Amino acid sequence: MLTYLFQRFGQALVTIAAMALLVFVGVYAIADPIDMLAAPDATADERAAIAARLGLDRPLPVQFATFAWNALHGDLGRSFVYNEPAVQVILQRLPATLELAFTALAIAVVVGLPLGLWAGLRPDSASGRAIMAGSILGFSLPNFWQGLMLVLVFAVTLGWLPAGGRGETVRVLGIETGLLTLDGLRHLVLPALNLALFKLAVVIRLARAGTREAMLQDFVRFARAKGLAPSRIVGVHVLKTILLPVITVIGLELGSMIAFAVVTETVFAWPGIGKLLIDSINRLDRPVVVAYLMLTVCLFIVINLVVDLIYAALDPRVRLSESEP
Amino acid sequence: MTAPVLSVEALSVAFRTEHGDLTALDRIDLAVSPGEVVGLVGESGSGKSVTGLALMGLIDAPGRISGGAIRFEGRDLVGLPERDLRSLRGTRLAMIFQDPMTTLNPVLRVDTQMVEAIHAHERVSAAAARARAREALVRVGIPAPDERLRAYPHQLSGGMRQRIAIAIALLHRPALLIADEPTTALDVTIQAQILAEAQTLCAEMGTALVWITHDLAVVAGLADRICVMYAGRIVEEGPVAAVIEAPMHPYTAGLIGSSPSRNARGAPLTQIPGLAPSLGRRPPGCAFAPRCPSATPDCAEPPPVAALPGRTALCRHPLHGEVRA
Repeated sequence: MLTYLFQRFGQALVTIAAMALLVFVGVYAIADPIDMLAAPDATADERAAIAARLGLDRPLPVQFATFAWNALHGDLGRSFVYNEPAVQVILQRLPATLELAFTALAIAVVVGLPLGLWAGLRPDSASGRAIMAGSILGFSLPNFWQGLMLVLVFAVTLGWLPAGGRGETVRVLGIETGLLTLDGLRHLVLPALNLALFKLAVVIRLARAGTREAMLQDFVRFARAKGLAPSRIVGVHVLKTILLPVITVIGLELGSMIAFAVVTETVFAWPGIGKLLIDSINRLDRPVVVAYLMLTVCLFIVINLVVDLIYAALDPRVRLSESEP
Repeated sequence: MTAPVLSVEALSVAFRTEHGDLTALDRIDLAVSPGEVVGLVGESGSGKSVTGLALMGLIDAPGRISGGAIRFEGRDLVGLPERDLRSLRGTRLAMIFQDPMTTLNPVLRVDTQMVEAIHAHERVSAAAARARAREALVRVGIPAPDERLRAYPHQLSGGMRQRIAIAIALLHRPALLIADEPTTALDVTIQAQILAEAQTLCAEMGTALVWITHDLAVVAGLADRICVMYAGRIVEEGPVAAVIEAPMHPYTAGLIGSSPSRNARGAPLTQIPGLAPSLGRRPPGCAFAPRCPSATPDCAEPPPVAALPGRTALCRHPLHGEVRA
């Protein structure tokens, strides 16, 4: 177990180093931020002064070395635009995105698993087919269009729910959250639903495929021969078997939901990190973009590790270390 | 002779397909006395496993029981509500399956799978159920039962798993155990042990045993009576010694002739020419006629019943005995 964790940690370090290089060079290649930062009528001297202040006049390897050295000390640079540490700018926006992502995840699992199970148990029934048809719409219609439709139907036409923003928030343990106010929750419904729809469709399909496969297994037949109630066969034997692939995919999707909720956050004007990324790219705010991507890499690494650990807990056949018999 | 515990009359099973109904079982008759061991022999696709599943009420759509009766302890199981069938399964009627690697759920511990089988039919405390599970493991000759109870199936050998399956099947002292080739996937020495143990246990409990196999040698050493199946019908039935000594049906004779033990060392095995007919292409008369050395043109008519004392065969030209008028 410990050996395994050390190995994973080593792999993670290599991944982070490789990503740092890629991200830094990639962002460097996009455009020169001086164009955005300096006034349009600035003289060459003024531009050079800004470049010197920000360190942009030095050659790329030197810039990268400085960045890497500072990053090792936990400093990912200051935002050109906000003039605050980039990490701090991102962390301020993170709770909003986490709220959105976890709510979407909960919707996807809580709604998707039962629907997928149902469709898997009755693949030829009208309800089973309807669920599958719905799931095809769920991940073939573009996400932004689904978002616009949600706004149009529930906010504009019916007027039931607000269309944008985060609503009223309260401070709990120093973190702004909208989960504890009615207004915050009302604002959360549409964006969370929008973000959840695609994952919901994926969960439904995975659960259905898993259920259909599991129902044909000998252990289900043997469980029936034991005289077990259908609720126990489905709720314990089948559910536990299909959880494995669902958790793998959900783990990966959680990362992408947090990191790339960009479209949903833009459609619903949600003040999270996705919107921050788009704004920062538009303003060529290099430190924020780089810091954002580096945090994303770390996030994926952590989520993958957690998924592997859950996997091992759920499936006794997966062994995390080679020392066990 | 005592009243049979199981009496099957003209049982037919059909599978609905795009090309119409395919008959998997064609009017089979079978009687099993309390404590008796009956061997059901036939090659792949002859309907052996379908017979076992039909007796358990486990035929799934698109299959269905299309006619006949299954009288078990005074009740007809055909048309019995699923609820009543379920209360019989595991208690009075039990079944074990071919592949011990897949009959136990890989993600649940052995004790979970044993205790749930007890709780499905009896309200007893968890501790009492566990004690009974442990006792059942001891009975099937599993060493260190406490350790095995806590194990997951993948930590056990194939023979051990099949013993556990047998222990589960016999938990409620059933009146009838259906064993669908339970030793085929095991190596020969383990196979012999399991056979002996299953036989002893059934004798102790007074459980009748229907042993489904393609291996004539297994049945010869185990069963009191033998039923030979071919293309969905029971073509010969009688006491095992008499049938092997002097088969009535040419197919039985062919099976016996193709077993290795019956042949001189070094001589090639005799084969039955041709292949068993597929479900959709059965000739209207005797299904074996196209491969039969003694077939005549009138074999295209449905075969009559030939008889000897205590024995029957479906054949117009039996090798022994007389066709009934």
